[in-house]
Amino acid sequence: MRRDKVINVALVGNPNTGKTSLFNQLTGLNQKVGNYPGVTVDKKQGKCKLSESVTANIIDLPGTYSINPNTIDESIVLETLINTKSADYPDVIIVVADVVNIKRNLLLFSQIKDLEIPTILAVNMADEMTKKGISIDIDLLQKELKSDVVLISARKNKGIKDLKGSILNPKIAKHTALSDFSKRMDIDFFNGIEADFKKHSLYKAWLYITQLNDMSFLTEEEQLHIEKYRKDEKKLAKLQHKETVLRYQQINAILKKTYVVDATKATTLRAKLDRVLTHKVFGYVIFASILMLIFQAVFDLASVPMDFIDKTFASLGEYAKANLPEGKLFDLITDGIIPGIGGIIIFIPQIVILFLLVAILEETGYMSRVVFLMDKIMRRFGMSGKSVVPLISGTACAIPAIMAARNISGFKARLITILVTPFTTCSARIPVYAIIIALIIPEERFLGFSLQGLTLMLLYLLGFLSAITSAYLLHKLLKVKSKSYFIIEMPNYKLPSLKNIGYTILEKTKAFVFEAGKIILAISIILWFLATNGPKQTFQKANEIVEKEIKRNKKPHTETERNTEIAKYKLEHSYLGIMGKTIEPMIKPLGYDWKIGIALISSFAAREVFVGTLATIYNVENPDDEASIKDRMRAEIRPTGGKRFDFPTGMSLLIFYAFAMQCMGTLAVVKRETNSWKWPIYQLISMTLLAYIAAFITYQVLS
Amino acid sequence: MNKTIADLQIGEKGIIAQVCFNDIPLKLLEMGCMPGKEVELVQIAPLKDPLYIIVNGSHLAIRKEIAALIKIEVATKKNLCEEIKS
Ligand SMILES: Nc1nc2c(ncn2[C@@H]2O[C@H](COP(=O)(O)OP(=O)(O)O)[C@@H](O)[C@H]2O)c(=O)[nH]1
Repeated sequence: MRRDKVINVALVGNPNTGKTSLFNQLTGLNQKVGNYPGVTVDKKQGKCKLSESVTANIIDLPGTYSINPNTIDESIVLETLINTKSADYPDVIIVVADVVNIKRNLLLFSQIKDLEIPTILAVNMADEMTKKGISIDIDLLQKELKSDVVLISARKNKGIKDLKGSILNPKIAKHTALSDFSKRMDIDFFNGIEADFKKHSLYKAWLYITQLNDMSFLTEEEQLHIEKYRKDEKKLAKLQHKETVLRYQQINAILKKTYVVDATKATTLRAKLDRVLTHKVFGYVIFASILMLIFQAVFDLASVPMDFIDKTFASLGEYAKANLPEGKLFDLITDGIIPGIGGIIIFIPQIVILFLLVAILEETGYMSRVVFLMDKIMRRFGMSGKSVVPLISGTACAIPAIMAARNISGFKARLITILVTPFTTCSARIPVYAIIIALIIPEERFLGFSLQGLTLMLLYLLGFLSAITSAYLLHKLLKVKSKSYFIIEMPNYKLPSLKNIGYTILEKTKAFVFEAGKIILAISIILWFLATNGPKQTFQKANEIVEKEIKRNKKPHTETERNTEIAKYKLEHSYLGIMGKTIEPMIKPLGYDWKIGIALISSFAAREVFVGTLATIYNVENPDDEASIKDRMRAEIRPTGGKRFDFPTGMSLLIFYAFAMQCMGTLAVVKRETNSWKWPIYQLISMTLLAYIAAFITYQVLS
Repeated sequence: MNKTIADLQIGEKGIIAQVCFNDIPLKLLEMGCMPGKEVELVQIAPLKDPLYIIVNGSHLAIRKEIAALIKIEVATKKNLCEEIKS
């Protein structure tokens, strides 16, 4: 082999076979997540050194049961493996199979093998074989499958070396197909296809006809042939069914010779757990308790590191002020960038805890039971049991959650899920909630639960209820016809692997910090600019005007008082202040002043900016004060006396943020996922209106 | 005689008799739900839907509307769907 050769290796497999674990074992921290062109499916790639001179570029494809796609995620698999011109076209494919479910896994394998790309079967979870009483004749299986077969345990890091060896020097894996199903079904028909697609293998031609969306890499003539064959849908469907039956027959015959299960070793733990976890009473009780636990953990556990971060950034600002040379740049750093970054870092503890708990639920296999429990209920609201996963993930961040809606088959259910997911309480709302709750709800306990935690839980509940209610309305109003299939696997229960969870958290947190971070930082800088600049007649003559004012009032004043007066005047007459003042009449009935108005405007980009903006505003106004943002908000006084952030205003803000669609990132994702501007615009308008009305009522009733 | 998966009791088993390709998504077949295979109803979700079945080694949850399209025999005689056998 040549020096420094790079080969493409694609990982394919059913969901829950340990593909992610294997990917992590092979690539370690050498991985990056990108996007497939045109769609937003995550594309995970990583490097793995196979030998001195060969490196593998490992591509982790989305989990799928078959090469015939049902969802957008699954269609990526087909498109990557079929388009020889794509940059990711693999030199070797590894099909990961679960040793316990090997039969169904082999269906995918047999389809992949027929693509005539060298394919290796990695039989994972080998560590469970003895317990389950399974034995496999590997040599014979290799011969029958015309491929290398390697027993591995991704979790215990066993067999990985053998697998690497096979990638490097396959013993058997060659460009040969496995099955000859076509000749056994309808010889004339398939001979016709073969004649029409001379340059392609028969199986590929068959897939083009039955599956392909993007045919751009085929010739015009070939595309016409495809149109021709597609006319007889019934016949195609019938042949596909028959193909599947034939494939299973072949697999059964092979497994009969090579695979033995000692039935007496079957475990009953799964059955017992299933009975409890999907029980009509206990099932829901357990699910509700788990949700409750999550929310308590997010609020209680995260509060310590969050306070710490808050204080650290306050003193960091102080330190910078004391040690940096004065000037424009100085202002930008101390009043713009440091509070801005602080506003991002502060969510990390909560996000980590939330991602951790959601990842555990997914890893253990519990999430599928929740889907099972919830399907009927969700269907009443036009969604599917699978919508539970986006809705729960939405509590971390709506962006990945909306992408998770992709594996919902059925356009209507998917669309409704996408439209209502932003109602669930995402972590970007947490800083807003957290700070306001801390200001208006006493730090007391009720029946052992912290009152603040309970309030947060109520807000989560509110988010969930509004998601459900609007789903119901959409279900009744939307006239979209679509077929939807609901077939999910109930995977075996597993102890979660720390390594997998660690990687998931790392990946998601990183994405959040960088994606959201960019926006927040940019906005902090723009805000700072808008807050420190203003029109000539007023802003730039601030000093004179304030001097005059002071003289006229003949109020005694110290140097600091004078400076504060000037800063206040400047903020009020800065561009930012003017914007806030302009919308003040509109938001006054909600209990807000122009400063909160500024924060509302800027948080249209992303909710969490709200806190950062207030931090920036109060900082500009009162630069010498080293108090943390919470203390500053607490100290803020109304013109009429009394606290600015009193109970009615606080509640009104909480309600506003519960409903408002304030996240540009989410809007962008909805646009991409629904492929039209119609839905994000609809979302923006209806949610903002709802937020305004609800906050209005709240304030008017409470004050 | 026209029993379907939707008619099974919890814990009861049957043999899949017919799967007609017009009604059943290919995916179900791909998950192992094929004529001649034994199917066991493990659990019914609290609101009577979906159903949790084991078929051909796969643990699956399917909705009642689909389950009602899959004919079964409680006896073991195989009776493949005509269209598929031909
Ligand atoms: N016993 C055992 N469990 C494994 C092994 N590899 C993965 N798992 C577990 O199987 C589950 C699914 O693994 P994951 O990598 O997320 O699968 P994916 O859905 O195919 O990406 C997780 O709970 C893993 O911890 C293995 O070799 N042995």
